[in-house]
Amino acid sequence: MVSKKMRMRGVAAAVAVLALGLAACSSDSDDTANDDTNATQDSGDGGDSGELIKVGFSQLGAESGWRTANTESVKASLTEENGIDLTFVDAQQKQENQIKALRDFIDQGVDVIAFSPVVQTGWDEVLQEIQDAEIPVVLVDRTVDTTVTDPYATWIGADFKSEGVKAGEWVKENYPDAKIFELQGTLGSGAQVDREAGFDETVGADKILGKASGNFTRAEGKAAMEAALQAYPDMNLLFTHNDDMGLGAIEAIEAAGKVPGKDIVIVSVDGVRDGLQALVDKKFNFVVECNPVFGDQILDAIKKVYAGEDVPKETIVVDATFDQTITQEEVDARPY
Amino acid sequence: MSGDGTATSWIRTVSRHHLFWPVVALVALWIACGIVSPGFLDIKLVDGHLFGQLVDIARNSVTYMLLALGMCLVIATGGIDLSVGAVMAIALSVSLTYIDGAANGESVSTALTAIALGLAAAAVVGAFNGFLVAGLGIQPFIATMIILVAGRGIALAFTGGQITTTHSAPFKSIGSGFVLGIPTPLVIGGVVFTLVALLVRRTALGMLLESIGINRTASQMAGVRSRNITWLVYVLCGLLAGLAGLVYGAPTMAADANNIGQLMELNAIMAVVIGGTKLDGGKFSLAGTIVGALILTTLDRAVIIFHLPSESKDLFKAIVVIAICIAGSERLRGQLGLRRVPQVPGPPTSPNKPVEVAA
Repeated sequence: MVSKKMRMRGVAAAVAVLALGLAACSSDSDDTANDDTNATQDSGDGGDSGELIKVGFSQLGAESGWRTANTESVKASLTEENGIDLTFVDAQQKQENQIKALRDFIDQGVDVIAFSPVVQTGWDEVLQEIQDAEIPVVLVDRTVDTTVTDPYATWIGADFKSEGVKAGEWVKENYPDAKIFELQGTLGSGAQVDREAGFDETVGADKILGKASGNFTRAEGKAAMEAALQAYPDMNLLFTHNDDMGLGAIEAIEAAGKVPGKDIVIVSVDGVRDGLQALVDKKFNFVVECNPVFGDQILDAIKKVYAGEDVPKETIVVDATFDQTITQEEVDARPY
Repeated sequence: MSGDGTATSWIRTVSRHHLFWPVVALVALWIACGIVSPGFLDIKLVDGHLFGQLVDIARNSVTYMLLALGMCLVIATGGIDLSVGAVMAIALSVSLTYIDGAANGESVSTALTAIALGLAAAAVVGAFNGFLVAGLGIQPFIATMIILVAGRGIALAFTGGQITTTHSAPFKSIGSGFVLGIPTPLVIGGVVFTLVALLVRRTALGMLLESIGINRTASQMAGVRSRNITWLVYVLCGLLAGLAGLVYGAPTMAADANNIGQLMELNAIMAVVIGGTKLDGGKFSLAGTIVGALILTTLDRAVIIFHLPSESKDLFKAIVVIAICIAGSERLRGQLGLRRVPQVPGPPTSPNKPVEVAA
């Protein structure tokens, strides 16, 4: 018994020593990281285009075809030929992964940090650390809600609210008496909150029979639509927060013996190839694009931020809209 | 008098059955949905296929059911398998990556090979879990947590970190097709349930599982090969989880390794527990597991049928599950005088107690 206890103590002591060692290590690397940053920044100030800009990019994951296209666009633009030394980290849709990646970027002493936050809140601490390390931040696609003052240099992304408004205006013009059901994205995500707000304000809350979340996925969109067809038999228009849920809903509508695009008009946001194909097939009626290919705009912003030039606080990516007049050629030419 | 007596005793016997409260909850939910939304309980033939909300519920619950069947057997041995959600993702990723790379995705042989590969991958993962638990004696919670954490990484490695989308009508049909008008997943679920039930109830396996769960050492001393049986159970659980992944993912034909099966391990455990199987091992109920799976699926749907705001979905589910657990709580039933009082000869002191409390 005694020897066991002693052994336990030994282990505890060893753990404590290890922890101290780790703490020392991390503070060491912090110091060197800061030195590195200063060094590169110095040379950056003095020199010119010969130096690569070290960029840490934390993508939130690959939750949809849209994100995949966005990732490809970023990787295609932030290249060495364009003067960027890119460290790309995929967070697999977990905030803790993303926070860890951001801390790693600080340790590595990157010049600019760019990231698409997986959720809106919970960034206070790490953003403060980034600010303390004097690394400028370029937010991509999604926004943050933080108490840190001036948390980022610039934000580039789509205006989700205006996407909702565009969808709502089309509905108001073409189907003023529509009885609407809304398939929401993952509750609390920026795309869900803002698209819903924009759409609801435009068409008027009294037109909306009900809402349910399909978590931006086909499978859950389908299951939610199956139930909604039963719960809201009067429904004749579906507004879905992304194409994938809409594609799932098509299956549910067809299984119920109704015709998508006719019995139930479908308005969607995103404009991925499968979604546009549904437009060609007359199953979707209207799609507001959420353009993911803006790597060039991110590159431009990073260069300006690095050079210390003035950048607008917000850069909104231009979104197109499509209706059933879209041609098969346009769909096939879609890169994502 | 005597008629009354037998009626009450019959009610008592039924209400004491471990499936009583789960079934009551399920039927009550369905009836409530039927009242709120007329037509909810209808089952029609549309284009020669069974169609209706109850059919949808049954079809959607197959994923939970397959997971929960495997989980139930693992739990019976006193273990737990946290890896099932990740195994779903692995199996689907393997299958769809194979179809994506195959020359002709639409051929039946490609689809069958894809299914076999996906299931094989799932069985390998199950065998790995079994090796850690039975071979090395690592606690099941920790052993299976390895795949819970790392499994999605494995799945992402197959898909190259992207969502692999592909086309194959034969493969898709295992999730969205029909066999003689019955949804294919339902047929798969029925066949699997029958096989598992035959395996554990018509052979000694079920009894051996329970004996391992109740007392591993004692069963080993009695000559039960507990190590091999435990191993087998984890392989079976992995296999069923893989099948669940294929059935769940087939309708969309998209291997979303990050999201497929997310938190499914907890849903599977919940289905098993709602079905009246205790987490500490021993006695298990396969039929209860089906009821549990149906309840979980019905809850998801009832939120929409009741026109509840989506934000309240989790709260609603929690309330119903808590209610079922409370109703099934032996201690509470004892205090309310519902519990079977042990018929021990001797001074009848214990029966008086609950009466006092109830009064």
